[in-house]
Parts: sequence; structure tokens; C-alpha cells
Amino acid sequence: MKSGKYLAAALLLASISSVGLSGVAYGETTAPDAVKFVDDEVSKSLTGAAGNVESGRKVFANRKQGNCLACHANKDLASQPFHGEVGPPLDGVADRYEAAALRAILVNSKIALNEDTIMPSFYRLKNGVRTADKFVGKTVLSAEQVEDVLAYLQTLKDE
Amino acid sequence: MKIGLKTISALACTLCVSVAVGGSAYAGPDDSSLIIEGQNIATDVKAPEGSAFDQLYSGWRFRATETQSLQEDDFENPAFVAVDQAIEEFHNVDGSAGKSCADCHSDVSDFKDVRASLPRWNAKTNKPETLENIINECRTERMGAKAWKWESTQMLGMTALVGLQSRGSAVNVQTDGPMAEWFERGKKLYYTRVGQLDMSCAHCHENNFGTMIRADHLSQGQVNGFPVYRLKWQGLGSIHRRFKGCMDNIRAKPYKRGSDEFIALELYVASRGAGLSVETPSVRN
Ligand code: HEC
Ligand code: HEC
Repeated sequence: MKSGKYLAAALLLASISSVGLSGVAYGETTAPDAVKFVDDEVSKSLTGAAGNVESGRKVFANRKQGNCLACHANKDLASQPFHGEVGPPLDGVADRYEAAALRAILVNSKIALNEDTIMPSFYRLKNGVRTADKFVGKTVLSAEQVEDVLAYLQTLKDE
Repeated sequence: MKIGLKTISALACTLCVSVAVGGSAYAGPDDSSLIIEGQNIATDVKAPEGSAFDQLYSGWRFRATETQSLQEDDFENPAFVAVDQAIEEFHNVDGSAGKSCADCHSDVSDFKDVRASLPRWNAKTNKPETLENIINECRTERMGAKAWKWESTQMLGMTALVGLQSRGSAVNVQTDGPMAEWFERGKKLYYTRVGQLDMSCAHCHENNFGTMIRADHLSQGQVNGFPVYRLKWQGLGSIHRRFKGCMDNIRAKPYKRGSDEFIALELYVASRGAGLSVETPSVRN
């Protein structure tokens, strides 16, 4: 259908321009609907580049961004108050999962963890019904933020 | 006479076993018991058959000791400022009929047990009615006065005053007959994932009650204490305001206060607390 094509083109443009705006000079951002899952894993970087650990650490803790601490305790962020206990602690999570598995969990927890999970899907457009207007058509995190959180998670090793 | 009796720990910690086995920081409901003005308030009861829970717990059991104690003594309970104002309002003549509530209801204690069975079926409107609906029906039909806004000071105070008359009575709402359809509708809303964060009420209040979600201790999301005085709100709030708050938090577009959706949800959530004592007006952080 025509409108479908226009929408796809618009999405593509939007994703290209967002790459341009955020200053990533290389690679190509994968749109949320285009992320490829193979065996519940996502092996390709969403931005085509590696994430930034320090930014990821901030996104992880920020209540308006990842807010991962709402549900997961994490000793590395002991300086931050109030770690939740809805999900498992993420200490040593890099010893338990490869990068491709962690990326998949972040992008779409319903595919990577389980269908009924409470954990939000951070890079997916089709979420719950009645999404508030200002979040419609938006992912919880940007592709870049997902890669940043992923880079940070990979530093969480037990030894 | 107003006496605040201190909490007596009487009940065995039913969840201690799982804490020991799981070794986690899981802190379920605490084991305090609630006595207000010498009256025993059932803050946990065995879940009725078909319930999603084994044991039902009032939200009071998940609050910090300091917050809990505010509800143990009506002198300490900040909601009683509004209750006192509502007593005045009760005698206040308003509307074209020149009547006050007291002209038809000689004593507010006539409302004993009303709150415990709300929402209830209204054959005239052919839908369930909440306490707000009932109060506004009196105002518009019998007093010739203007309806109060759902979240107005007057409405909150009056629902607190009328609800207080049922304090200690067991929640018992009708879910069969004409209510069945509304119950099913509420149930569906309860289990539907909403918002960008993609959660249903059940994700937090059924699957994860007892755990900390950041700084909040998740309860079963019961409505037996409403309207509640929330320290965060610095005032009373209705059930529908709480529903809205939870939906806002998961980045969903809330239904309107007084909407059919929220009335259905209120009915369903109330039915999940069957047997718990009415605690109106309760205190939360
Ligand atoms: C609202 C709760 C919630 C939030 C917010 C949340 N998670 Fe989770 N997460 C869970 C739960 C619960 C599980 C366990 C799977 C299950 O039971 O569904 C989980 C599992 C995981 C796992 C697998 C851990 C393991 O040891 O198996 C990782 C990794 C993870 N989450 C990372 C994150 C990151 C990173 C964020 C933030 C960007 C985040 N989560 C935000 C609830 C949450
Ligand atoms: C992301 C988690 C989350 C979701 C999803 C959620 N809530 Fe809540 N809710 C909370 C928190 C946190 C509180 C405050 C602490 C408590 O009492 O659990 C709360 C409180 C409540 C209360 C007040 C309980 C009391 O005793 O004061 C009610 C009622 C309630 N929620 C109902 C609902 C309903 C109905 C839904 C679905 C529309 C819902 N909640 C969805 C987190 C959630």
C-alpha cells in the first residue's frame, strides 16, 4: 500500500537524520522494526558502532531513561540510593551473557527473556495499548543509548 | 474518645520461609496488626476461592512504620482535617431544594457498611455506581445542587466521611448478575499491558507485590483504604486518581476519572480485596 511505503520512507529518513543529529559519523542506525533476531540474539550493533561505557552507566541509573535500578540491584552503582528487587541483580551479568544476548534483552525483553516479563522492551515500537501521546512512535531508549547501556553491562564482571 | 493503640505484632510471618530459602532481600508485607480506636482492622485475610493470591494484604502492611503509625490514631491521621470539614458540609444547605445532606440522613452513621459493598449496581442508570456517583446523585436529584468534581476537596472529604462509617467492615462487592459484565471488563483492563513501558496492573501488584521497585514497596494495589491521604499529594486522593497515577508511570494514557473503564476497574480491584477491612481514610507515603 502507498501510505505504507511513505511511512517506511519517513521512518528511514527519520533514522538517518537522527544519526546525523546525534553526531555519529559512521555506520547506519537500524530502525526498531528492522532489528534482526537470530536464536533470540541480536548480533549487529544498532548504530553500527560500539557504545560508550560512561554514558551507558548514566542511562542505566537515570529514572527518565533506562531506570534499570528500578528493578535491578547493581553493586557498581552502590552510590545511588534505592536499588529495586523486581529483577535479578546485574552484578556479573557479563559473565552470564554474550553481547548479542544482552542486546536482544534490551531491545525486546519479550523475545529474549519471556513473553510475560515485566521488563520493558527498550527498542521496540509496538508496546502496550494506550501509550501516552508524547511517547507514541518512540522507543524508550535510542539506538545509541541501547549500545551505551550494552557497553556498560559488558563491564559488569564478577572477578 | 480517640486513643491510638500501638501496633502489636501478632501474626506469624507467612513469607519468612521463602525469604530464608531464596536468600534474597525480598521483604513481603510486615507482620504488624492494625488497631484503630480499639477496633481490629483485618489487614490480611485468607484469599477467597479463585483469587490470584493465597493471602490478601492491605497496602498498610507494606508501608514504613512511621507511615503506618499515622493511621493508627485518628488524631495523627492527616485525613481527619478533611473529615471534620465534611461533617460541616454535611449540614450545609446547598441547591434549589434548600436542603443539606442532614435533612435526609439524620446521622452520618446511617451509612454504616455502604462503602464495603461499592461499587454496587444501580438499576436506574443501569450501571454500577461508585461512592462519588451516589453522592452526586443526591446533590443533583434531591438537593438541586451542582455535582461536585470527582477530585474536588468537597467530594474527597465527603467520600472519606461516608467511607469512615464502614471502617472495619469486610469488603464485599457484588460481582454476579448485572455486575458480571463489568467485572469481566475490569478484569480485562487489569491484565492488559498498557503504555510505552508495556505493563499491566498484574505485573506490579500480582506478580511482584512485596518487592521494592526503586524506592517503592509494591503492595497488592488494594482499594480498601480509599480515599487515601498521601503524604506525596499532601492531601486526599480518589481511587481513580491512583489508577491514573499508575498508568501515567507506565507512560500510558489514563482513562478519565469516573469513566466506565475506571468504574469497571474499581469494581474488579475491589473484588480482589474481598474480606479485607475497609480502612478509609488510610494514610500512604
Ligand atoms: C520493571 C522491571 C525492570 C526494569 C525497569 C528492567 N528490568 Fe531487566 N529484568 C527484569 C526482570 C523481572 C528480569 C528477569 C526475567 C523475568 O523474570 O521476566 C530481568 C532480566 C534482565 C536481564 C537478564 C539477567 C539475568 O541474570 O538473567 C538483564 C541483562 C536485564 N534485565 C537488564 C536490564 C537493563 C540493562 C535494564 C535497563 C535498561 C533493565 N533490565 C530494566 C525487570 C526489569
Ligand atoms: C510499574 C509498577 C506498577 C504498575 C504497572 C501499576 N502500579 Fe499501582 N502502584 C505502584 C506503586 C509503586 C504503588 C505505591 C506502593 C504500593 O502500594 O504498591 C502503587 C499503588 C497502587 C494502589 C494503592 C494501594 C494502596 O494501598 O494505597 C492501587 C489501588 C494501585 N496501585 C492500582 C493499580 C492498578 C489498577 C494498576 C493498573 C492500571 C496499577 N496499579 C499498575 C506501581 C504500579
